[in-house]
Amino acid sequence: MTETDLPLALESVTKTFAGPDGPLPVLSGVSLALGAGETLALTGESGSGKSTLLHLAAGLETPDSGAVLIDGADIAALDDAGRAAIRRERLAIVFQQFNLIPSLDVAANVAFQARLAGRHDPDWTARLLERLGLADQARKYPEVLSGGQQQRVAIARALAPRPGLVLADEPTGNLDEDTGDRVLDLMLELVAEANAALLLVTHSSRLAERAGARAHLSHGVLA
Amino acid sequence: MNAKPVLFLALGVVMALSGPARPQGFAGLGQNADGFALPAPDPVFRFPEDHGSHPDFRIEWWYLTANLWDAEGRAYGAQWTLFRNALAPEGGTGWDTPQIWMGHAGLTTETDHYAAERFARGGIGTAGVVAEPFEAWIDDWQMTGPWLSDITVTARGADFAYRLDARSTRPFVPQGAGGYSVKSPDGQASYYYSQPFYEVTGTLTLPQGEVAVTGTAWLDREWSSQPLSEDQTGWDWFALTLPGDEKLMAFRVRREAGADYIVGTWIAADGTPSPFDPGDIAATPLATTDVGGGAVPTTWRLEIPARNLDITVAAVNARAWMDTSISYWEGPVTFEGSHAGYGYLEMTGYE
Amino acid sequence: MIGASLGALVSHWRRQPGQFATLILGLALATALWTGVQAINAEARSSYAAAANALGGSAEEFVRPGGAFTTEDFVTLRRAGWRVSPVLEGWLPAERGRVRLIGLDPLTAPPGTGAADVAIETPLEFLTGAGQILAAPPTAARLGSGQGAPVVAVDGLAPGLAFADIGIAGRLLGRSGEIDRMVLHPEQVTGLAKPSGLVSGLERQRPATAEDLARLTDSFHLNLTAFGFLSFAVALFIVHGAIGLAFEQRRVVFRTLRTLGLPVRLLVILLLLELLAIAVVAGGLGVGLGYLIAAALLPDVAATLRGLYGATVEGTLTIAPLWWGLGFAIAILGTGVAAAGALWKVARLPLLAPARPRAWARGSATTMRAQLASSAVLGAAALVAGLTGGGLVAGFVLLGALLLAAALALPAILAGVLSLGARFARRPLAEWFWADTRQQLPGLSLALMALLLALSANIGVGTMVSSFRLTFLGWLDQRLAAELYVSAEDARQAAALLDHLDGRVTALPIWGVDADIEGAPGEVYSVADHTTYRETWPLLSALPGGWDRVAAGEAAMINEQLARREGLVPGDEVALPGGALTIAGVYSDYGNPLAQALVSPATFVVRFPDADRTDFGLRVAPEDADALRRALTEEVGIDPGRIVDQEALKAVSRQVFERTFAVTGALNVLTLAVAGFAILTSLLTLANMRLPGLAPVWALGLTRARLAGVELLRAVLLAALTALAALPVGLLLAWVLLAVINVEAFGWRLPMHLFPGQWAALFALSLLAAALAALWPARRLARRPAADLIKVFAHER
Repeated sequence: MTETDLPLALESVTKTFAGPDGPLPVLSGVSLALGAGETLALTGESGSGKSTLLHLAAGLETPDSGAVLIDGADIAALDDAGRAAIRRERLAIVFQQFNLIPSLDVAANVAFQARLAGRHDPDWTARLLERLGLADQARKYPEVLSGGQQQRVAIARALAPRPGLVLADEPTGNLDEDTGDRVLDLMLELVAEANAALLLVTHSSRLAERAGARAHLSHGVLA
Repeated sequence: MNAKPVLFLALGVVMALSGPARPQGFAGLGQNADGFALPAPDPVFRFPEDHGSHPDFRIEWWYLTANLWDAEGRAYGAQWTLFRNALAPEGGTGWDTPQIWMGHAGLTTETDHYAAERFARGGIGTAGVVAEPFEAWIDDWQMTGPWLSDITVTARGADFAYRLDARSTRPFVPQGAGGYSVKSPDGQASYYYSQPFYEVTGTLTLPQGEVAVTGTAWLDREWSSQPLSEDQTGWDWFALTLPGDEKLMAFRVRREAGADYIVGTWIAADGTPSPFDPGDIAATPLATTDVGGGAVPTTWRLEIPARNLDITVAAVNARAWMDTSISYWEGPVTFEGSHAGYGYLEMTGYE
Repeated sequence: MIGASLGALVSHWRRQPGQFATLILGLALATALWTGVQAINAEARSSYAAAANALGGSAEEFVRPGGAFTTEDFVTLRRAGWRVSPVLEGWLPAERGRVRLIGLDPLTAPPGTGAADVAIETPLEFLTGAGQILAAPPTAARLGSGQGAPVVAVDGLAPGLAFADIGIAGRLLGRSGEIDRMVLHPEQVTGLAKPSGLVSGLERQRPATAEDLARLTDSFHLNLTAFGFLSFAVALFIVHGAIGLAFEQRRVVFRTLRTLGLPVRLLVILLLLELLAIAVVAGGLGVGLGYLIAAALLPDVAATLRGLYGATVEGTLTIAPLWWGLGFAIAILGTGVAAAGALWKVARLPLLAPARPRAWARGSATTMRAQLASSAVLGAAALVAGLTGGGLVAGFVLLGALLLAAALALPAILAGVLSLGARFARRPLAEWFWADTRQQLPGLSLALMALLLALSANIGVGTMVSSFRLTFLGWLDQRLAAELYVSAEDARQAAALLDHLDGRVTALPIWGVDADIEGAPGEVYSVADHTTYRETWPLLSALPGGWDRVAAGEAAMINEQLARREGLVPGDEVALPGGALTIAGVYSDYGNPLAQALVSPATFVVRFPDADRTDFGLRVAPEDADALRRALTEEVGIDPGRIVDQEALKAVSRQVFERTFAVTGALNVLTLAVAGFAILTSLLTLANMRLPGLAPVWALGLTRARLAGVELLRAVLLAALTALAALPVGLLLAWVLLAVINVEAFGWRLPMHLFPGQWAALFALSLLAAALAALWPARRLARRPAADLIKVFAHER
């Protein structure tokens, strides 16, 4: 497997935001690579730039310099539609805030991205729901679910299209410790089953220990 | 503002009807008599023609006042007046005839006073005067008879009416210099004659019912185009019956500045007039009554040294205010002192 | 505590200036349209009062039905002691409609006659020579010069009237020596001779009062009021939406304040104070706007009232303190109504309820069920009003209930349609589109209800006006069959005219008088036995041989409004001066507020011997009309102004018609504009709240441009569905207007015509309005920096 085929590769990525007191460097020459089936936990203090790194990895933003390669495709070279296609087809995101689509029920939410990507597999989806303990909730709407249930729906949605890359941003940050642990276990298990790469952003070193590899981001520099 | 007073103030139909507050004197009476005939000295009256109207003069009136008593001796006063006012010195017929008429009727008892007013256009027939057989009318109010010495006078308002039969066998009396009556030192004048000798019988209709009355009446006929000067603010007019059936007419024209102008006529029982010159008569208000928005002198001292006359004149009813569109005081009086008798008093320009 | 709390509450508006502007503008619009209409009505009513009091508001008058008095009659009554004042009336030509001339005698006019007070200041000029025409400045301006007497503008006279001395008026109107009525001085001497014994044909009556004219024009004003109210209601939807949103967004603040110890009562009071302040500011703005609207519309309203009802109203607006006050009152009331629900919720807000701002946008099924139930109740009320109610008010209750019922049912109907759409959606994006559209419905439903109201009203009124126009034009063709209409100056000229025509040209007498019919004011006309009438007269129903029976003098034709008002049908008898006649037929008579009867010329002459008989319609080949016209002018000496051809008459009639509905049209457009504004503001406020719903979809792989396109499509779809729903409602509305309101208001029923072209245009217009309203939020979304969307993932909300 060459580097260009890696699910995710960052090469000397820098990103600067306009702050109230002038330019605010968030990432300074960050490089990392993530192969299929690998899990990387990215830790760092609040404001260390880890959310920005995740957004770059998701093609939600573009770097100022350096390259973000997803399955070998440089997202900076793509237009909005191209990046949207990458998001749709190559990767999946699990947010801290779950970010379910409020107007769709659980089943529709889970199937949504898979169907957008044209890779809807009803059996796989059903299994995901089963594994995540959501089979009874399929017809419910997100607003009536508990936080843990919502995050499990988000994980199911992320994994439903069998993405090569799963990005998770504090996926258990809104959950209590027990629930969080159970949800994380399930996610790691299912990611492994799917042989996907996982970038897990968290500030908790306890959670980070569960990942295959760890990286620490401090003041925009990877340690 | 009511329409009619404006009209008549603008034209000055009644002598001395404007108050001292108005700078224009008698509200335009001082203006030039454009196109209108002016009175000239030494008139020769022709009767009955001159009993009729003189449309080439601006203003004219037929003014009857009567002192009346009922069977119980209660005193009453009645007034019947027809004013003519010309907008232009023309007669004619139809709506556009520039002659405007105003009628005033008053009835005074010892306790009450009633007044009514009518307006009419000359030319269409709602008001007018015909000399022979004599007829003066406005609406249903009339002064009619074979001639002016034998007339029936009627008027009615919402709450009163009267009908008086008045006859006189004595002559009409010219006032002033043979009928040329000067109103101010500046020489403004009018034609003026009177019939002060009517004997009257009649019926008054009051809210309480009808009252049969007898008494005397006095008619003034006057016409002019420019009777007063600009600074004259009102007038006080006395028409008195003296013992022996002699009559006394006196009027005082008040002025904004300077001395009042007082003249008059002593009329013998046979109608022979003796006019007074300014300065012969003194009239002094003794007491006033608050009526009609101002203090009106209702008790007077009248002195004519040359005739040894010194009397106190008092209103029968001090509240005889004519609350018409142009308002003034007009009512019966009695007097005592060197002479005793009764008469009529008119006072304008006090409101 | 109060200061700090108020500061915390008000800070919301500083952060949401757009929302604040929406609230103020919505409330101002609601107030403006309502106030504007009220100002117009108030102006008209005060004009009626001024006109009725032009002669001192006399309580009684003498008239001679079917004829005029003479000057001698007046003198006879005055000399008998009757304190009467003569009045001669007629019309003077003027720009934008004629002006009613009142000839009066300033010397005998009853007290309080404003024109007499003015006239008497220059008596020589007013009474003699050329005389003077006195009129209020706007009326004087319309009269211009060349009236035969100098026109003098006088402040304070009744608008729309002109005054001259009766002698001058007689000359101006060609009626010297005539008197139409004699008004009685309020103070009369008792015990006078009976006036009917003094002057033949004299009758004593109560003169027309402001109420009479107001009653006649009631339907017109009610119409305006209904429109004002509709606009008010539509705009209140905006206010309700803005207040509801602002309250929901501040729930966290409310909760925090209460947690910090602010009593709920005080919180409600503070919110009430805040709303009061907003209402006062918006009310002021609204009253100002209302003044502008009224000032812009009044000239047409005045022209209509003059043309249709002969009312005397000018197009200039005077500022009445009353409607300033009412404007503020309605603004405060409107705020109260719109905020009642939100305040109620605040008062019952549980201290520990979770802050869920987006709950506002989510309608529960319960709400929809409640709306449907209210809709059903209102629908039933409409049915009851329609079936049992009589009168104009019941008609408008029917209209109001119908519209509200439709509006309340709309969200449920749209939800049904959207569910149906979702069921047939196969692609995930489509599924999301339908589902999301349905979820947005509660947030947009108020605006959509407003749109439904505006569109229904538009279709309804448009259909009514167009149906009316179509019917009216056809009717004009039937009614105005003669080629030339001639009005001779007097009987002598009329005789000369007939002499000249000498039977070569048919002259149809058009003789008419004002007369009591069935005890109410009306008019009686003569109608010749001629094919013109037999063939073209717009009969609605008739007895067999109806025209023969009229010609025989045993029957009369009556107009539809009389038949409807008195419940008469052919074969019944109608009470006319001189005795009842059988009704031979009923004809349509649009644009005439009065009862009317047609009798044969012979009957007419016998019953109304004093009436003018100088007007004729001439049947002549169209190509000979001009020659005849010249001959009448040159050889008979008829003033060219007294000959009118058919086309000119029709043009005038059409003009009156168009003016009548110009105002309706303008209000229609304004209402639609308000509804458009409601949609725009709803979409704008939703746009911000939409981000959390859209950001995940974007993150899942949709471009912002695509999302914006979907949003645009959603707005257009909802507008389209609403417009479709508005069509049946609008047609129902049109039917009610034509079959119920018109019958009650004017006394005629009009056939309903359908105008699909109009609907298509309106449909397109509403789509365009929705698209335009959605375009801005959509563009904002498409150009939104990614960071804004990302914030959704990072921020607690």
